Amino acid sequence: MHRFRFVLWRPLQLLPVLFGISVITFVLIRSIPGDPARLLLGTRATPTALAKIRAQYGLDEPLWTQYLYFLQNLSQGEMGRSIVFKIGVLDLMANRILPTVLLVVGSVILSLLITVPLASLAARNRGRTVDHAIRLVSTAGLGLPAFWLGIMLIILLSVNLGLFPVAGFGDTWLDRLHHMVLPCLTVALALSAVLTRNLRASMIAEMASDQATAARARGLPERVIFRRHVLPNSLVPTINLLAVNIGWLIGGSVVVETVFSLPGLGQLLVRGIFARDYMVVQAIAMAFAVATVLINFLADVLTVAIDPRIRL
Amino acid sequence: MSVALARPRLRTPGLPVPLVLGVLLVGAWAVLAVGAPWLAPYDPIAQDMAAKLQPPSAAHWLGTDNFGRDILSRVIWGARIDLQIGFLGVIFPFLIGTCIGAISGYAGGIVDNVFMRLVDIVLAFPFLVLMIAIIAVLGPGLASFYIAMALVGWVSYARLIRAQVLVLKHADFVLAAKSLDFGHGRILFRHILPNALTGSIVFAMSDAVLVILNGAAISYLGLGVQPPIAEWGLMIAEGQGFITTAWWITTFPGLAIVVLAFGFSLLADGLGELLGVRE
Repeated sequence: MHRFRFVLWRPLQLLPVLFGISVITFVLIRSIPGDPARLLLGTRATPTALAKIRAQYGLDEPLWTQYLYFLQNLSQGEMGRSIVFKIGVLDLMANRILPTVLLVVGSVILSLLITVPLASLAARNRGRTVDHAIRLVSTAGLGLPAFWLGIMLIILLSVNLGLFPVAGFGDTWLDRLHHMVLPCLTVALALSAVLTRNLRASMIAEMASDQATAARARGLPERVIFRRHVLPNSLVPTINLLAVNIGWLIGGSVVVETVFSLPGLGQLLVRGIFARDYMVVQAIAMAFAVATVLINFLADVLTVAIDPRIRL
Repeated sequence: MSVALARPRLRTPGLPVPLVLGVLLVGAWAVLAVGAPWLAPYDPIAQDMAAKLQPPSAAHWLGTDNFGRDILSRVIWGARIDLQIGFLGVIFPFLIGTCIGAISGYAGGIVDNVFMRLVDIVLAFPFLVLMIAIIAVLGPGLASFYIAMALVGWVSYARLIRAQVLVLKHADFVLAAKSLDFGHGRILFRHILPNALTGSIVFAMSDAVLVILNGAAISYLGLGVQPPIAEWGLMIAEGQGFITTAWWITTFPGLAIVVLAFGFSLLADGLGELLGVRE
């Protein structure tokens, strides 16, 4: 199993990146103009109360000491309190994580369900009208703003046809899934444009590969060659592309959550900025960055597991 | 001293079709943007409460919004802002990324290491999330958007240029330049860089698509262009409250984004084909 040895040392390589993420978010939040103590207590706070808060949060100490406090708190799972919701940031995030996870996972699954048939159709009819049509649509799809696409789907499917709720998140699981269909479809359609172009290209490359030619020489029908040899091999680069695009996917979900008023982390982030709820902004930005790093790592593990030729 | 490079001979005499279409689409928007004061039938900001929420008609081709403002005029004026977003949002990251990538690749060693770790860290953040966090610090507005774009967007260009420079710095023409005792600055910026730029120029075209989408998304969230200025993303946000009664307010600015972005996508594909660059 020495192929998987990187699983042990790669996390060590990730440590500097995680350190950098914490420095950047810390510096960003501390460079916001205004006194955090005043922000916590409001404009009518007395000087003694302000001084007390400054001492309590270590705001009267040099910046690097404050950063060490920040790291210490972080290691104890303490990320500060939301000044809007009056609860710990971690508890707040735990309440809001479900819609975001459902949105990201749901749109990845949906986008694969859209991409694989479309790319196969285009690759197997290369140069014909179907191929040109799919390429044209996916090129145009690259420029689709997700938030606009979401509103168009709302107008079409919710307002006119009444198939799905316009916004929000349900209470029962069935209701929630019903609420998630349109947001997931929105992100999935935008994502499919990127994936289809890529998957079509790698399918065409695989169809000309030696093993496909060998299978043809053995007299296997083209349909079987495609399903058994071309499809699995061409999916590997697409999975990598998905992982590379996870940052894009999270960014897209931030916007789409706002469009559909989904009570997820992205909506919390955007509202946190307008409410100047900086502890929340800091924690969510960090959580998204750490999630991106971890998912990319998992994708590497998955790639090695799928394709025995790949060494990392 | 000049280095004679064999020009790639084009197999077909004409230009690639996507390139021509892309130039036409982007060019058409540029003409609309420049000619907005003469081409737009109405003032994009003037309110006319007598004509509010009107569907598309002969007087207002694309209808009016809740303040009675003509959507067509606002879309035409919006082209100015969105084209500017596409241009400035690409050019700053391009220049910064090119310089950092070139120096990083040419110098190597510790300089290279420091810059590339920085690239790793910036890339770890979801692009839009880091943009939003930076704009939170700077305060909403288009200027903040450009600064955030420059701070975040340079990494892709730095990576591309660095990879090219790493290959080219061992090329024969660089050895020739070194043997003539040229300075490092001259070798890097006059000899290596011009040969390393092709890939990132093509990438800049497809990057323009992402930048325009991001700019519109930031404005949609209320963090970019502020009302009453006509900008497509902001227009979509303003129309969202009226989707049950006035679909045209959100539909047409979105279509404008799609068409402009499509133009840049075609431009990128066509230019890549012309210059023989694969993404």
